[in-house]
Formats: sequence, C-alpha cells, structure tokens
Amino acid sequence: MNSENIFLALKNIKKTIDINKDEIEKLDQAIGDGDHIFNIQRGLNEALKLETELSSLSPEEVFKKIGMKIMTTVGGSSGALFATLLMGMAKKYSKELNDLENLAAMFYEGVEATKKRGKADLGEKTMLDVLIPVSLSLNKLKNEKNIKIVAEKIKMVAKEGMLSTRDIMATKGRASFLGERAIGHIDPGARSSQLAISAICDEYIN
Amino acid sequence: MKKFVNNVEEILTESLSGFQKAHPDIIKVHFAPDFICRVKKPASDKVSLISGGGSGHEPLHGGFVGHGMLDAACPGQVFSAPTPDQMEAAANEVHNGKGILFIVKNYSGDIMNFEMGADMIDFDHETILVNDDVAVEDSTFTTGRRGVAGTMIVEKTVGSLAEIGASLEECKLFGDHVNNVTASMGVAFTSCTVPAAGKPTFEIGAEEMEFGVGIHGEPGRKREKIKTANELTNDIINSILEDLKPDKNEEILMHVNGFGGTPLMELYLLFDVGQKILEKKGINVVRSLVGNYTTSLDMAGASFSITKLDEKITQHWDSAVHTAALRWKI
Repeated sequence: MNSENIFLALKNIKKTIDINKDEIEKLDQAIGDGDHIFNIQRGLNEALKLETELSSLSPEEVFKKIGMKIMTTVGGSSGALFATLLMGMAKKYSKELNDLENLAAMFYEGVEATKKRGKADLGEKTMLDVLIPVSLSLNKLKNEKNIKIVAEKIKMVAKEGMLSTRDIMATKGRASFLGERAIGHIDPGARSSQLAISAICDEYIN
Repeated sequence: MKKFVNNVEEILTESLSGFQKAHPDIIKVHFAPDFICRVKKPASDKVSLISGGGSGHEPLHGGFVGHGMLDAACPGQVFSAPTPDQMEAAANEVHNGKGILFIVKNYSGDIMNFEMGADMIDFDHETILVNDDVAVEDSTFTTGRRGVAGTMIVEKTVGSLAEIGASLEECKLFGDHVNNVTASMGVAFTSCTVPAAGKPTFEIGAEEMEFGVGIHGEPGRKREKIKTANELTNDIINSILEDLKPDKNEEILMHVNGFGGTPLMELYLLFDVGQKILEKKGINVVRSLVGNYTTSLDMAGASFSITKLDEKITQHWDSAVHTAALRWKI
C-alpha cells in the first residue's frame, strides 16, 4: 500500500462514478434531493488534485489528508460520512501487516466511525448497507492468499448490500422523510459506495 | 434551464459577493471557508448564534445575520450542508465570551457537519435542532421531522434573547421551547431546478401538487390533485393544529412562507384563508409574517408555520432586528 496505488484506486473510482453519474443522480432525485452525485464528483476531483503533494507520504497520512480534503470541500451527508470513513481508516494502518490485513483492519475502523457519525446501522437504507457487509467479509477473508478470490467475493457482497436497500424503508437520512414511498428505490449512497468498491475490486479481478 | 448564471461552479461565490456588496452596513462575507458575519462584532459579551445549511433557501440563513438575530451563517453548496471548517472559522471569528449556540435544521448532513465543526472548537457550545415540519412523522428510531420555515422564528426569538445578555443555557432552553411550540407544513406546485443539475429535481403533473413537501423539493406526504386555496389551507392548518394542540383563544404567530416561485399576492391570499380558518376555531392570529423567507430555489408553493405565543416569545419576536431580510423597530 502506497500513495501511488491509493491514487490509482481513486482514479478508478472516479472513472466508474463518472460513467454511472446519471443513474446516481436519478436515484437521488427519486428519494433525496439530487445533490449526491455532484458532491461525490467534487470530492473525487478535489482529492485527485492532491496526488503530487501526497506522493511521498505514508498510507496513513495519505488517507488522513484525503479525508480532510473531502471533509472541507464536499459538504452534505456524503462529505461528512466519506471523510469520517477515510480518516477512520487512517488511524489503523500498521507497517507490521500485509496489505489485505491492513485494509481489513482499516476498513473496519473506518466503518465503525462512519456508523457512529451517522448514528445508523445495517438495514436503514444507507451506504452502511454496503459498507458493513464489505467490512465483515474483508475481515473474514484477510488471510486468503488469492487476492482475486477476495476481490470477487467483496464485489459480490457490495452488490448484494446495494440491492438490499431497494426493498426496505429508510429510517435514517433524507429518504426517511418519505416513509413507505422510498420502498422500491435503491439508496443513492449505497449505489455510489458499491460502485467505488467494485472499481477497486476490478483492479484485481481483471 | 433558464437561470442567471455565468459559470455553474461559481454561482455561490458570485451570489455571496453580491450579498456582501448589497448589505455592507450589516454583514461581511469571509471566503474559503465561506461564512457571513455581522460587519461589527457586538460590543458587550453575548452568546454567539451560528446557523447554516445548504444554499438555495435564501434569505435563510445569511439574510438573518445582524443585530437581534444571528452572529454568523455558514452557507453550503446548493442544498448541501456546509463543511465543518466553515463552522470552525465562523465560531473563531464571532465568539464573544459567552459561548456558541448552533441552530441546525434537522437534516442528517447538517447535523453531522455541525457536530464535526463543534468538535473542532474550544468554546462552550450548545445546539438547537429545529424540527418543525409536521409532514414527517417523528420517531426516536429515525432521522425524524425536518427543520423548515419555523427555523427563522427560532433564530429571531433566540437571537433577541442572546442580544440582551442571556446565558448559553438560557438561550438553548428557550430555543428548544420555541421549536416545541412551532409547527410547519408546505405544499409545492412545481419542482425546483438545482443549477448544477440543470433540470427539475422531480416530475410533477400540471394538475398535481406535492403535499407536505420539504424545502429541497424532496417529496412529502403524498401526491395529490391540486385543490382550491381554501381546501389545501384547511388540510395544512389541520395537520399543524393536530401537532400543536392549541387551547381555545390561544394567541399565535402565523408565518406564510413562499418557496421562491409563488407571487406575494398568492401568499397574502393564503394568509387571509388561514386567518379565517383559525378564527372559526377560536384561535387568534396576533403576530404575522408573510413573504419568501425559507425558499427552495425556484419552486412554486408555500408553507404555513404557526408558533403558540407566550409573553416571552412575543417579547422576543417584537424586539428590534436589523438584518438584510428582516428589519423592524430600528
């Protein structure tokens, strides 16, 4: 894990988000207010501007600095939550661990911080319906030697999590104001989180 | 999309720049991080009130910065909560010896960003969460009710109390009280267009209205066929009264708020209708405010907010205020 491959992951995320931007916007217009995609794109663009500045820093510093950047430029729920996720991840990096072990520990810490920040948990029709299952699976798979197997499994778990938001009522976030009318719609935050995770997985699958 | 725009990315900055130039006697704007504060810091110690939220609701909140109301406002991108560094910078600028009181509308994004901002400051601070919108059912397990047009009533009255030197604790208690006796509900005839999106947020038929709409054009309680002003006002007032449960002969403040795309003429018509309905129920409208104060960009529609008055709330509603959007007794 180094600055270069963290930024490579970010570039892949941006590519995937850009390709799917109309769909994310539509999802948000259905049960939110339509700002999610612009916030995500602004955050990714701002984070990518840091590539040269952070090129020689350690992974924990890179995560922290990107998190700070997102915190101060994105706004909305997604800014606060993704910033909390990344700054949480920064706290758990250890030189003693291999990349997969590190990622599992870091992601767990980040997701726990995100749950706390959003006062939300599994099954509330939010991005956590993707992030929590992915975090748990990563920790189960952290000793797996074949990285491709891990990537394929995580990609599947993320997709299942995203799809699970379709049939439930929202109890947190802006979609909660809709009551039963939100049923049948996928949560936009879950969709963008799943797309980001898939983009990273695809690096190892292909 | 037909809007006055040069570059969509620069809308907020250009608008804030114009706001500063239009009201140099009342406010100044700090950029990067963005916040609006009073041009002159109050001379004596007072609790400093800071509010904020996504842009697109003007004059909320920047238009309420000034004597008798807010000390600072933090504008986010259109319909997106501001970032924590804005609240931190605003607090550092306006703190005045008696702590910081954040006034936050009950939306997840606003709450999270204000919490993160509060974590970054060293002063005593409290937060009033405004959740006056009765269109959404309240519950301890959910995000709960939204903060809408009643927010400015909280800002006006608590702002007045802070101005006369009340403590942070008194201001917080009073703000929670005003919020508890305030209820709102709105209806929209059209969607609004977020400049960055360039197209309306939601589709709505020519004969339809969104009953219980939020201030971002987010859907409300139900989609209905449009009704007469009498009928829909009756539905709105009944929903509000179910929540507030006023006594016979209760004295209230009624605020008719436009969402940005409805003429004042219609807002006054609504006020007339609302007043008649309340009069029949034996409820006395003794204070009033009509106009576009909590808008949703260019959405056509309006909301009613009602506050049950007591001597203290009335006193702080009536007191002098000097802001860009609200000025009296000064």
